[in-house]
Amino acid sequence: MSVLISSRLRPRSGQDWPGHRLLVREPLHLDCGVDLGPFTIAYQTYGELNPDRSNAILVCHALTGDQYVAEPHPITGKPGWWETMVGPGLVLDTDRFFIICANVLGGCMGTTGPQDINPQTGEPWALSFPVITVPDMVRAQKRLLDHLGIDSLFCVTGGSMGGMQVLQWAASYSESVFAAVPIAAAARHSAQNIAFHEVGRQAIMADPDWSGGRYLSLGRRPVRGLAVARMAAHITYLSEAALHRKFGRNLQDRHAVTYGFDADFQVESYLRHQGSTFVDRFDANSYLYITRAMDYFDLAAEHGGSLPNAFKGTRSRFCIISFTSDWLFPTSESRELVHALNAVTANVSFVEIDTDNGHDAFLLHEPELFETLRGFLTGCAEHRGLPR
Amino acid sequence: MAMAEPDRGAALPFGSAEAHPAAAASTPTAGGLRRDLGLIAEMIEPGARVLDIGCGDGALLAHLVRHKNVDGRGMELSQSGVNACVGHGLSVIQGDADRDLEAYPTGAFDVVVLSQTLQATRQPRKLLETLVRIGRRAIVSFPNFGFWRIRLHLLLRGRMPVSHLLAHPWYETPNIHLCTIRDFVAMCDEIGVRVERSVTLDRHGRPYSLDPHGSLANLLAEQGVFVLSENRGKMAATARAAGRRS
Repeated sequence: MSVLISSRLRPRSGQDWPGHRLLVREPLHLDCGVDLGPFTIAYQTYGELNPDRSNAILVCHALTGDQYVAEPHPITGKPGWWETMVGPGLVLDTDRFFIICANVLGGCMGTTGPQDINPQTGEPWALSFPVITVPDMVRAQKRLLDHLGIDSLFCVTGGSMGGMQVLQWAASYSESVFAAVPIAAAARHSAQNIAFHEVGRQAIMADPDWSGGRYLSLGRRPVRGLAVARMAAHITYLSEAALHRKFGRNLQDRHAVTYGFDADFQVESYLRHQGSTFVDRFDANSYLYITRAMDYFDLAAEHGGSLPNAFKGTRSRFCIISFTSDWLFPTSESRELVHALNAVTANVSFVEIDTDNGHDAFLLHEPELFETLRGFLTGCAEHRGLPR
Repeated sequence: MAMAEPDRGAALPFGSAEAHPAAAASTPTAGGLRRDLGLIAEMIEPGARVLDIGCGDGALLAHLVRHKNVDGRGMELSQSGVNACVGHGLSVIQGDADRDLEAYPTGAFDVVVLSQTLQATRQPRKLLETLVRIGRRAIVSFPNFGFWRIRLHLLLRGRMPVSHLLAHPWYETPNIHLCTIRDFVAMCDEIGVRVERSVTLDRHGRPYSLDPHGSLANLLAEQGVFVLSENRGKMAATARAAGRRS
C-alpha cells in the first residue's frame, strides 16, 4: 500500500487559506456539557446580501466537505464541491442570492476543531476536544448568522450531513428558516451507517501513527488509516450500478491479472487514489469527531421520540430530495421525514430523483435535481416576495 | 404500488409534463382546465387549504393556487409528474394514496380532492374514510361503470369496455376497482359518509341535473363528482346499513 503513504504533511489550521474568520468570544454550550470558547468559524460567502437581508441561503456541507463551495479548494486546487449548483445564473444564483457556507465545528478547514491548539495546554486538542453534535454545529452557525445580522434565512440546504443540519435548523430555529431543502438525508443515522463509520474510525485508530490521537504533537499523521477509512466510506457513496458502469472488471494498465496484490483492477486503483488524495486535505481526528456527530444525530430522540414533534408549528416550506440508488440515505428515510412533516401539515414537497449515482448524486451533474430545486426556489421566492 | 397511471387526463398547463393516457378525457374549458376539473375548482372556496391526491401534472393545483389563492398541496404517484409539479413551484410529494395519507392529522385540510383516481387504488373504501377524516370535505370524481355506453359495449361486443375515460385494455389498466354511481352512493351510505352535493357529467363533461340516487343518473352519466364529509350521525348510518344487510 505504498501508494497511500503521502510525504506531504497537511498544513495545520491554514491561516493563509482564503475566506472569512469569525472569532466567537462567548462560549458555546455543547450537548456533551462542555462550554467551548472562544472559538473560530471559518466561512465563505458568494453574492450580495440585499438591503432587507432577505436573500440569504445557508449551504451546509457534508462530512468531508468544507466552506469552499464555489471556488477552488485551497489545498487541492480542485473546483468547489458545489460549483455545479452555486454561481451566477445557476440554481443557487449568486446574482440573486447571498450564499453562506461555514466549515462545521470540529472541522479542519479553519473552524475550531481537534487539530487546533487548546489554549489551556498549548498543545493540539486531539482527543481532549469535546465531542460535537449536529445541533452543536447548527448552534455555531446561528452565532455566525447573528453576527452577519441575518434574522431569517431564505433557504437552508445541503446534502447528507448537510441535510441533517438543514433538518436541525428547521427544528431548532424554524422561525429563521423560510425554506428547507435537505438532500439525500435522514432524521437519524441508521445502524448500517453507524457501522460503516465505525469501520472508518477503527481503521484510523489502528494506524500506529495515530498515536492515541496525539499525532500532531509527535509530528506524525495516520495517513494510511485515514486513507482506508476514506476508501471504505467512498464505496458507500456510490452504487453497485455506478461502480459497474465506471469500472466493471476492467484492469488497470495491464492486460492480465498479476497474481499478486497490486491494484490489478481499475476500481482498486480508483479507491486507492481517493484514499491518498483525501489525506492531503483532511485531518484524521476531525474525521473521528464529525462521523461521531452524524452517528449521534437522531432528531426524534431530541423531541421525546416523536419526529413530528420536531417540526410542530413549523411554517417553513420543505423540499425533501432523495435518489433512487442511494443506499446510505435511502428514499425510505426521506419518506419517513415526509410523513412526519405531513403529520404537522407542514408545506412539503418530496422528490425522488432517478439516478444510478448513489448517495454522491447530490454532488454531481443531475439535471433533474437542478430543475426541481430551481422550480422550488422560484416558487418560494415568489411567496417570499423576493425581487427577481 | 407499481402500476400505470390512472386515467386522469389533464390539460397540460406547462407543456413539459408527460401526457396522461386519457388526455382527451373531456373538452377543456376556456381557462385551459379540463371541464370536470373546472367544476371541482368551482366547488373550492378561495384561500382554502387543499390537498389534491393524484394531482398528475398539477393542472388543477396550479389553477387553484393562481386563481383561488389556495394553500395547495399535491400528492402524485408518478415520479415524473411530481418532479414537473415541484419544478413549477407547486408543493407536491411523491406518494401513494393507499399508503401515504395516514400520517395526516384529522381535519388537516379544508378540502381533499381525489379526481379520477379512486378506481386505481387498492383499498377505495378505506381511502374514502381517510379522505373525510383528513379533510373537512372531500371531492371525489370517478368514471361511472354503469354508463350506458359501457353497458352496451360489454353487452354487444362482449369485450371489456374501453372508453376515453377508461383508455387502457384490460391487461394493462391501472383501474382495478371500477364502480357505478349507484355502487359508490351505496358505499358512502354504508360507511357513514355524507354526500353533501353531487354532480353527474355527460360525455362532454357537461353537468346533468340528475339525482345521483336515481337509476337515470347511473345510466346517463359518464362520471360523477361528489362532495363528501364525515357523517356526524355515523353511528346511526352504520346501524341503518347493518339493518339493511340483515
